[in-house]
Amino acid sequence: MEAMAIKNMLRQRTLSPGDNHLGDVLVVGGGISGIQAALDIATAGFKVYLVDKAPTIGGKMSQLDKTYPTIDCSMCIESPKFIECDRHPNIEIMTYTDIEAVEGAAGDFTVTLVKKPRYVNADACTGCAACTEYCPVKVPDPFNQDLSLNKAVHIYFSQAVPLVTYIDDSCLYLKDKSCTICQSVCGEKGAIDFTQTPEKINIKVGAVVLSPGYETFDPKIRGDYAYGTYENVVTSLDFERLLCATGPHEGQILRPSDKKHPHKVAWLHCVGSRQVVPGGNTYCSAVCCAYTQKQVILAKDHVPELEAKIFHNDIRAYSKDFERFYQRAERLPGVEFIRSYVSVGDEDPVTKNVTIRYATDQGVKEDEFELVVLSVGINPPKDAQKFARIFGVELNPQGFCKTDPANPVKTSRPGVFVSGAFMGPMDIPESVYTASGAGAQIAELLKSRRGQLSKKRVYPEERDTREEAPKVGVFVCRCGANIGRVVDVPAVAEYAAGLENVVHVEESLFACATNTAQAIGETIREKGLNRVVIAACTPRSHEPLFRDTLREAGVNQYFFDMANIREHCSWVHSKEPEVATDKAKDIVRMSVARAQLLQPLGEYYLPINKTALVVGGGVAGMTAALTIANQGFETYLLEKNSELGGIARRLHYTAEGMAVQPFLNDLRKKVYQHRDIHVLTDAEIVSVDGYVGNFSTRVKAGRRDRVIEHGVAVIAIGAQELKPEEYGYGESARVLTQLELEERIGTGDASLNAIESVVMIQCVGCRQPDRNYCARVCCSGAMKNALKLREMKPSAEIYVLFRDIRTYGFKEDLYREAANRDVRFIRYEADDKPLVEAANESGRDFMRVLVSDPVLGKKLQLDVDSVVLSAAVIPPEGALTMARHFKVPLSPDGFFQEAHVKLRPVDFAAEGVYLCGTAQYPKHLSESLNQAYAAAGRALTLLAQDSVVASGSVCEVEERDCVSCGACITCCTYNAIDFRETPRGKKAVVNPVLCKGDGLCSAKCPTGAIGLKHFTNEAVFRQIDAALAPRQQRVIPIMPARN
Amino acid sequence: MAASDFKPVVIGFLCNWCCYAGADLAGVSRFQYPSHLRVIRQMCSGRVDIEFVMRSFLQGADGVFVGGCHLGDCHYNPEGNYDALGNAMIAKRILQHIGIRPERLRIEWVSAGEGTRFAETQNEIHATMMQLGPLGEAEGQPVAFLREALQAVINMVPYIKLVERERFRLPHRSEENYHKMHADPEFAAIFESMVLDKITQSRLMGRLRQAESLAAEDLAAAFALAPTEVMRHLDILAERGMLRLDGRLARLLPVATAA
Repeated sequence: MEAMAIKNMLRQRTLSPGDNHLGDVLVVGGGISGIQAALDIATAGFKVYLVDKAPTIGGKMSQLDKTYPTIDCSMCIESPKFIECDRHPNIEIMTYTDIEAVEGAAGDFTVTLVKKPRYVNADACTGCAACTEYCPVKVPDPFNQDLSLNKAVHIYFSQAVPLVTYIDDSCLYLKDKSCTICQSVCGEKGAIDFTQTPEKINIKVGAVVLSPGYETFDPKIRGDYAYGTYENVVTSLDFERLLCATGPHEGQILRPSDKKHPHKVAWLHCVGSRQVVPGGNTYCSAVCCAYTQKQVILAKDHVPELEAKIFHNDIRAYSKDFERFYQRAERLPGVEFIRSYVSVGDEDPVTKNVTIRYATDQGVKEDEFELVVLSVGINPPKDAQKFARIFGVELNPQGFCKTDPANPVKTSRPGVFVSGAFMGPMDIPESVYTASGAGAQIAELLKSRRGQLSKKRVYPEERDTREEAPKVGVFVCRCGANIGRVVDVPAVAEYAAGLENVVHVEESLFACATNTAQAIGETIREKGLNRVVIAACTPRSHEPLFRDTLREAGVNQYFFDMANIREHCSWVHSKEPEVATDKAKDIVRMSVARAQLLQPLGEYYLPINKTALVVGGGVAGMTAALTIANQGFETYLLEKNSELGGIARRLHYTAEGMAVQPFLNDLRKKVYQHRDIHVLTDAEIVSVDGYVGNFSTRVKAGRRDRVIEHGVAVIAIGAQELKPEEYGYGESARVLTQLELEERIGTGDASLNAIESVVMIQCVGCRQPDRNYCARVCCSGAMKNALKLREMKPSAEIYVLFRDIRTYGFKEDLYREAANRDVRFIRYEADDKPLVEAANESGRDFMRVLVSDPVLGKKLQLDVDSVVLSAAVIPPEGALTMARHFKVPLSPDGFFQEAHVKLRPVDFAAEGVYLCGTAQYPKHLSESLNQAYAAAGRALTLLAQDSVVASGSVCEVEERDCVSCGACITCCTYNAIDFRETPRGKKAVVNPVLCKGDGLCSAKCPTGAIGLKHFTNEAVFRQIDAALAPRQQRVIPIMPARN
Repeated sequence: MAASDFKPVVIGFLCNWCCYAGADLAGVSRFQYPSHLRVIRQMCSGRVDIEFVMRSFLQGADGVFVGGCHLGDCHYNPEGNYDALGNAMIAKRILQHIGIRPERLRIEWVSAGEGTRFAETQNEIHATMMQLGPLGEAEGQPVAFLREALQAVINMVPYIKLVERERFRLPHRSEENYHKMHADPEFAAIFESMVLDKITQSRLMGRLRQAESLAAEDLAAAFALAPTEVMRHLDILAERGMLRLDGRLARLLPVATAA
């Protein structure tokens, strides 16, 4: 059957494990971390088995509505990666599969997998879901946190990969063979197969990545939050589903008891986290503060009149842009953040409202809420113990995977690596970069077998459309409710059908879902489309996916245009549905107009210079350089100082207790001794030319000037400690920074002997208008130093003056230990900072610190020997120059800005340039190490290739029109244009390999002889004309009459 | 048109790397702004041809917005946003000359991280548009008249590009230097004689092509120019063989004899 053959060709991976069950790497867990690990490792030339126990890949991220702090749609940014995995020739996805046993050693593991029966033959299922429609058994839907019902046979969620149904235990046939409706509905396809049994499969791999993710804390177990007993108490993950357009009520926030919009909602922080009571977790779950703020912002967007109270402990806004995000939530009208301990009181028997009791300065208060959201923390994955046993890895006391502080993605078993939240509570970017880091180390371990099992992607031959008239297909996406709730999608589709050369129009719920993308491909073939317009979201994220769909359908990928009716329309005009619908029609009309003129283009393959340049010789830079060089690629490491080490030269111990100096010395030695690393100290970059695969960087090192040719670059130029300008710093020798204190402790400085009392002041120089961010490391730094001091001086008085203690993750345990060991904590407000002055009484010099005590309500006077300032971490010197050299952006705070805060944490938007360490944002040593491995891993996915693909959208000269004025040549600093002698005289000619497609020359050319392909003048003219077509019809006849 | 009925349309040329991404971020962040903007994505703001701007107005746009990366932060090596700035300043002078309020053209730098700034800029643009009204209103001119002028400018774009290259390039490009150049009276004089006069002459020729022959007084009235000014232009055109002057009456010459 032809359709089947096409389907098999489209779907490159085999649904059942093919060939000889021989692979390179097993990735356990198909959440965002596992997906990233699989993609990186597969792209670097290894065959990957991606195994998940769930019926689809996607993990927890697929259940989230939006991601903070950008409020990106979580599924929208994750699901293109599902398809990327699905289409990757080196990834074999095995869902609904458990792991039973692992034998062997690094380089040669034998893994026993058990494929659970789906009772659906994946090869025969088309994902049509007719079986779901007719199935009589309704069961709570796990994807929607059991808040809505699904059927015993269903697809896990609409973007699932693989997009096939599965039958769960509630099936009547499985119970007592009393129903076979699904079988009859499926009919000839015969995809329903009740004869399936668990299938055991042995695979051989060289290495393993464990990325099983986490569980959310279950408040039911302890029962003190009335979760499970009061209907209107939900967890934050439940609330994510309530918010989501694909959730139980299609994005309407309806409370469970009466399915009505709640107008008064409470969020309770730290549920299951930062607790020493049995059943709770002592650590901080690291993500709840920010996700709660996100939920508040979104809930206010859904229900503008909503009243929200957030009961919190410290607000931990410790990552990039989190502080601003918190401020955004806090400033919303009707939103109140209350620092208080709470308990859940009574449920009103009639209204089912819930009373919350909370402590205030004026005593205990009570307030009634229509809905209560529990900001639940992160637990180790349910199977952690089992994993530990099967894989032979150790767990830490908190029940997560035990790792090596000097290399946090390493487990206790060689060849088995870990990534994501199985390492401990973490946010998406950390889950992504630990995956890339694990990928890099696996590539090193298995470097001798790179490329042996990998395959190239195969596309069908491209259809010759030269003789065809334009046949445009328009696909209008609802994006769940993201577009559909605002824009009248059927009206837009109907309108599109009447546009020039449009022969096919279709609406879709999610154009990016695997089945839709595949269906679009089939429609292109069936209808013979040669132009495709997708009216959906931004081309900046989804164009590659749809271009690939065109290639799979045998049509040139440049016959594609995206009409952005989401970011530029439904999301920014969400209160004006009619206006948004009109605008969406305009946008589609413009896109269809442009599509008529699109031309098929070929792409260029440019060779890659397999040399890397790492800028910055701190721990991050050195680690990245070593990781790249260890895989046999020549690496240049630039350091502006005369010595390697960066800020780590001043560090002596980490919060986890690692001695930094021996580690640093070892790292330096490895770098200096490495055959493939060239270290250039006292180095300064003069200029950077070129592009991905072929950079040319001029460096002044000492007195020598040299040019380094390289294919990739890693920016790791670190950060610096602020020199405070307050609290008497620089005036009195008794005022130090935390780093200075650490140096003295680390070197056993004698000046410490005289110190018997210390005040530490947090947030010095940050969390203020001119530096509106939290420096992330200072709270843990203060704990670490306070505990060291305590060790040295059991009787010393130690005070920490803080605004919020932000010891996120496992570092919370340090905070508790410090408090238990008599370190005294006093909170101050930003507008009532402590006062510090040098004093002398009765011949004794000391520092006098005055601080308001919020508990006692009066000024405290602390006379101490020393004041230690937790000074902000600020961007590195020369960040702006470096950013301009490499054409990469800086964030508003002056740190380097990664390509995407969640999913591309160590990439830049500019290809071939990567980022790690504190240059991105302040971070702890272990986090810098992880990022360094990750940046190296990302660089290695490129270095593993022989060529990079350059866009076909380059400039071209119509010789007949060229008047040899040279205007194009002078403006092109890429030197992509030259004169060439022709029979008709000297004419400009473009070297497409050097052309970067900016199209500047086109705007300079007086005769229009040079043009940028894909963005031609004619196409722009059509877009302008199309945009203004209604204006032309309306205005022209009316206006002259006005005169 | 009643003010409440007026729904401005602004054509936006946004560079892919910064401003378009900033607009995306505004969307992701759900910042609300009015619906006047129709976006045409370009890879670089420097790609925005003066003709794109003029054609937008010709087709009835009430405004044009060019959005690029911050100066110094262009994604491309040739720093195309300086070219965008140079072109925008030239276009504004030309718009002013032909009687279109230059505020209708707005150029702004918005980085990929500045969703707020993008939304704020659009709010400002909308306010400007509501203040100016539809194209022609603040100008006090019928659209047909402005279109005629815009067509004349479009015909001259190839020439303007040549002049730009020969005369208006800065050795050291900075925002300050561009403003300095445009504030310089000497520059204004060159610009007038090399660009604006040529546009006026193009407009005169345009009228003449419709009517075969026209009196200088009529042309002066049509363009609200001093008759002596019109005669000066007609003399130049006659000298170049574009027309014949019979006293104050200008007659069109067939193109073939123009050489």
